[in-house]
Amino acid sequence: MYVAVKGGERAIENAHRLLAHERRGDRDVPEVSLSQISEQLSLGVDRVMTEGALYDRELAALAIKQARGDMIEAIFLVRAFRATLPRFGATEPVDTGAMQVRRRISSTFKDIPGGQILGPTFDYTHRLLDPQLAEGFSPETPETSEASLAATPRVTDILGRDGLIEPSPAADAETPVGDLTREPLSFPADRDLRLQNLARADEGFLLALGYSSQRGYGRNHPFAGEIRFGEVEIEFMAEDVGFAVPLGAIAMTECQMVNQFKGSATEAPCFTRGYGLAFGQSERKTMSMALVDRTLRARELGEEAIAPAQDEEFVMSHSDNVQATGFVEHLKLPHYVDFQSELGLLRKLRKEFAEATEAPPMQEAAE
Amino acid sequence: MTATENDKQAQRKTVMAVLAHSDPSEISGRLGTITLPDHENLREPENGLVMVRGRIGGDGAAFNLGEATVSRAAVRLSTGEVGFGYTLSRDGEKARMIALCDAMVQSDEFADLIETKVIAPLRAAMTATRNRKAAEAAATRVDFYTLVRGEG
Repeated sequence: MYVAVKGGERAIENAHRLLAHERRGDRDVPEVSLSQISEQLSLGVDRVMTEGALYDRELAALAIKQARGDMIEAIFLVRAFRATLPRFGATEPVDTGAMQVRRRISSTFKDIPGGQILGPTFDYTHRLLDPQLAEGFSPETPETSEASLAATPRVTDILGRDGLIEPSPAADAETPVGDLTREPLSFPADRDLRLQNLARADEGFLLALGYSSQRGYGRNHPFAGEIRFGEVEIEFMAEDVGFAVPLGAIAMTECQMVNQFKGSATEAPCFTRGYGLAFGQSERKTMSMALVDRTLRARELGEEAIAPAQDEEFVMSHSDNVQATGFVEHLKLPHYVDFQSELGLLRKLRKEFAEATEAPPMQEAAE
Repeated sequence: MTATENDKQAQRKTVMAVLAHSDPSEISGRLGTITLPDHENLREPENGLVMVRGRIGGDGAAFNLGEATVSRAAVRLSTGEVGFGYTLSRDGEKARMIALCDAMVQSDEFADLIETKVIAPLRAAMTATRNRKAAEAAATRVDFYTLVRGEG
């Protein structure tokens, strides 16, 4: 147990002053601006927004700067900030089918309506460090070509028309949407709560779990049915206005995993699915999320749940990096009283042990 | 609701969408080119959050994805029209300008003026940005048809 201690105020104040100095680094080097972080470290900003569960590029950039690039610290700062503002309500659910697509690929069909659009991607780069970037580099303006007017329907919607894939669970007007920021988690958890948990979950944790499921810890035979990234319009039903008002657009990534089929005596076999959605361009995150969303459906789909990635209590209780770091890092706070009592107990046990081992010959003889 | 009221609501909504997509400095620049009617703040600009919702599988039941910062404000013209402004971001002044425009859209006297002097140019800029992004994305489109023809 952590027990409050007094004293050390001067040391703490000076430590924070030293921190501010170290954060600034060499003062002969120009200070980094929030717009530089937002524009040039944009994927880091996307991660902080996703796991901080708050879409605000400027705040995420500030958090990264304040945290000296420590992403989990930045996520912590963003989470703390959101507690300072009132919530006006919830948006209308977004329509990712109407996304203004900047990237959209499918590993299941080569010809999809609206086409495969690579967009800004690390894929197919050679992963060789580029010395040009080290010395101020002005890239070429992007190539353009005539944009197709064709719609870009979700690949899963196309499969769904032929009944080859299970339908998404339908909205039930009677059931309110679960919100883990308002009610503590309890198990078993419904899929809406699981997805909210996974959306804000640590990317590395989900990546490892998704990877474990691919390697055989939990059955999972996925295809990336579709990954899309782009801007999605946000609408909010404002009671004072009397209709759903447009709020602008948010950049999002969506991943649809298409998994092994199931069937029964009464139901024809069809593909099952896992879903991932995140703020910004967060491809690895949404792919991992979709894998784990699917493994966590083991119970619902009648699969044997034997692997960590299939255990919702294990996954959901350990996925939040702010909670995790809080518990791990609290170990460095003063535990003097706890430790003193453990120390006292240990001394007593050792004394008893010493007495027991020193005495024996006589005791044995007596017996 | 009558057909006229429906039309008016649809018009207000499209105007709000254009403004929400526009840069605040562009909006204030455009508003600076016209003589504004007398008005007062009915609700002072306020920052808050909305919970952004997705749908399971993209088209299923809703789930909570994460929050977003928003600003809102309400403005009343001296002639009585009440306008509302909502936008992503913590820029309360942007919300106030949207509310002012929304009030003017509802005013017979100012609707045409605000459309021609403010909304139309902002809409053109928004469309140009969208088209540029779409054209950049289109250049990265993989043309599998060419491969098929090559094989044939």
